[in-house]
Amino acid sequence: METFEIEIVINNRLGLHARPATKFAQLASTFESAIWLKKGREMVDGKSILEVLTLACPKGSSLTVVAQGPDAREAVEALKELVEKQFGEFD
Amino acid sequence: MGEAKVIKGIGASPGIAIGPAFLLDRNQQKVMKYHLSEHEIEAEKIRFREAVDRAEEDLRQLIAELPEELHEHTGILESHLLMLRDSMVFDRTLRFIESERINAEWALNRSLDEIKLLFSRVKDQYLRERAEDVKYVVKRIHDILSGNHITNFNNLDEPVVLVARDLSPADTVQINQENILAFVTDMGSRTSHTAILARSLGIPAVVGLEDITARVLSSSKIIVDGISGLVILDPTPEQVRQYQAKKEDYHKYRLDIVYNSHLPAESMDGFRVKVKANMELIEELPSVIANGAEGVGLLRTEFLYLRQKKLPSEEELFSAYKEVAERLAPYPVTIRTLDIGGDKFVSSVSLGEELNPVLGLRAVRLCLSEPELFKTQIRAILRASVYGEVNVLIPLVSGVLEILQVKEFIETTKAELREEGVEFDPNIKVGIMIEVPSAVMVADLLAKEVDFFSIGTNDLIQYTLAIDRVNEAVAHLYEPLHPGVLRMVKKTVEAAHASGIEVAMCGEMAGEPMYVPILLGLGLDELSMNPIDIPRIKRMIRSIKHQDCIELVASLLDESTAVEIRETLMAFLYRHFPDDYDLPLGRYGDGQGRWGQQ
Repeated sequence: METFEIEIVINNRLGLHARPATKFAQLASTFESAIWLKKGREMVDGKSILEVLTLACPKGSSLTVVAQGPDAREAVEALKELVEKQFGEFD
Repeated sequence: MGEAKVIKGIGASPGIAIGPAFLLDRNQQKVMKYHLSEHEIEAEKIRFREAVDRAEEDLRQLIAELPEELHEHTGILESHLLMLRDSMVFDRTLRFIESERINAEWALNRSLDEIKLLFSRVKDQYLRERAEDVKYVVKRIHDILSGNHITNFNNLDEPVVLVARDLSPADTVQINQENILAFVTDMGSRTSHTAILARSLGIPAVVGLEDITARVLSSSKIIVDGISGLVILDPTPEQVRQYQAKKEDYHKYRLDIVYNSHLPAESMDGFRVKVKANMELIEELPSVIANGAEGVGLLRTEFLYLRQKKLPSEEELFSAYKEVAERLAPYPVTIRTLDIGGDKFVSSVSLGEELNPVLGLRAVRLCLSEPELFKTQIRAILRASVYGEVNVLIPLVSGVLEILQVKEFIETTKAELREEGVEFDPNIKVGIMIEVPSAVMVADLLAKEVDFFSIGTNDLIQYTLAIDRVNEAVAHLYEPLHPGVLRMVKKTVEAAHASGIEVAMCGEMAGEPMYVPILLGLGLDELSMNPIDIPRIKRMIRSIKHQDCIELVASLLDESTAVEIRETLMAFLYRHFPDDYDLPLGRYGDGQGRWGQQ
């Protein structure tokens, strides 16, 4: 089983709040691979909006996206792009 | 003990009730908890999955129908969609059901508790508050799981005053009336569904109290005065005594009136009017007969559809209609075909969401577009017609074409029955409701096509004045005495009589004693009302002269505003019934005669 990891930094003004977290979990759910979001030693299910929200990631947080499964590479790349484009928001 | 609070609402059904409040608060429903046995676990998991499916479907629909100006909120709703399926909600609840052997509601609450705990540890206040969204989502599932929340309180061990934000027609039919002392609601008006049903069941009701659900505590004592439209919370012992007396008084008054209810409805100068009952539930038949109705002028059939999830069969409809026809004979029954859509919906007939349901696919329009639905009804009515005098009444007809279509439909159905060798009354009378202004304008043409008219004032007033009677902001403009309304009625009566057919009135207006002089003066042949109103209406008819009524109407039709019409009417009532209508005290407006004042 392939595993991919990618580093991301949250640059939205409000951090990973409701709307970005929704978009993150929504996108993550479209992949077959298991996806985790890692902050320090904490690791949560990237497809669970509640876990992503309660991970509490303010602006500037450094996170790791971990994906394991057949489409793991596509998953981490797509999620990184989402974060880099600041979730399509201008806030 | 708190201080007594008197709150004024709208008296929707007369009578006095004193008893404990039962708050039907959908936000604070108690969650049922129970353990499952091994073989129930799978079914419980399916129940939970289906509830989440339903909640998801509802949310998607909500998002799809969000008006343009609210589009910025789709984000929140989409996060709710995700939460529904979130492993912490969905998978975990399923796991709890299985591992703890507990019911779905309980398991769901366990999941919620864990999520709340997780959120409480978040430092960021904004994020911490997202726990509210989770609660909201969980509540959606709970609401669906509990589904028929009403059934729970059919097992009450003592009679209660039911306090609710609003009661839907579906709620009210499922209530076991023996346990209900009175209805009290935040929403509603005299003509809303709760009010109509309460009156027909003889249960006191006060509606339109705005925030009563926020002010009442369950099991606290409450006095409901459906006569004056008052509700008293935490009454003093003195108030309780006073209202006990009032209750007995009212009871005596009702008895007195009922003893006289079998006398004919004939004015002092010999003008005869038929007084009939409106009814919807078979259970009302004894009340129809006891109150002295000369038949049923309006049998609403929607309730046969509301009581169950699937469509009633022809046999079910037939046996209900047959029972009414047989028990009423020799008096006639007028059966109205299905009048759903508008403000009445049933779960077995799926209607598209409409922006303006009252102007939408409802009543006869719906029946003509769903021939199978219509066929079942017409067959059942025709078959019942051999068991008594049965008439068919078609609602919401707006012009001649519709009635031609309906008549053709009925003739085809008769031909089918004839072929099958099924008996029916070949001369069954077909009439229409007059409730759309266009029908009034072409009443002369319609009168040539049908056997009778029945004026439905609730809708006629609503359509004529463009007033949504359930909208609290404009409900006060709903005015039966508007000159426009009176002219509509006059035109309808004249058109009917010119063609030699009879015209009835079956709306709320017909059951209001204060309007009797006007209705007699306008020349209506029949008044049909809730059974409980019959004795008072008969008493009014018997104590008045038709000639005086004709003169009254002639002068009213010269008035240009409802205010003037009301003043002239009140002066007339005061002249003829000084005991009942006490002008100087300003008792008018509530239409409750001498019971209009404390």
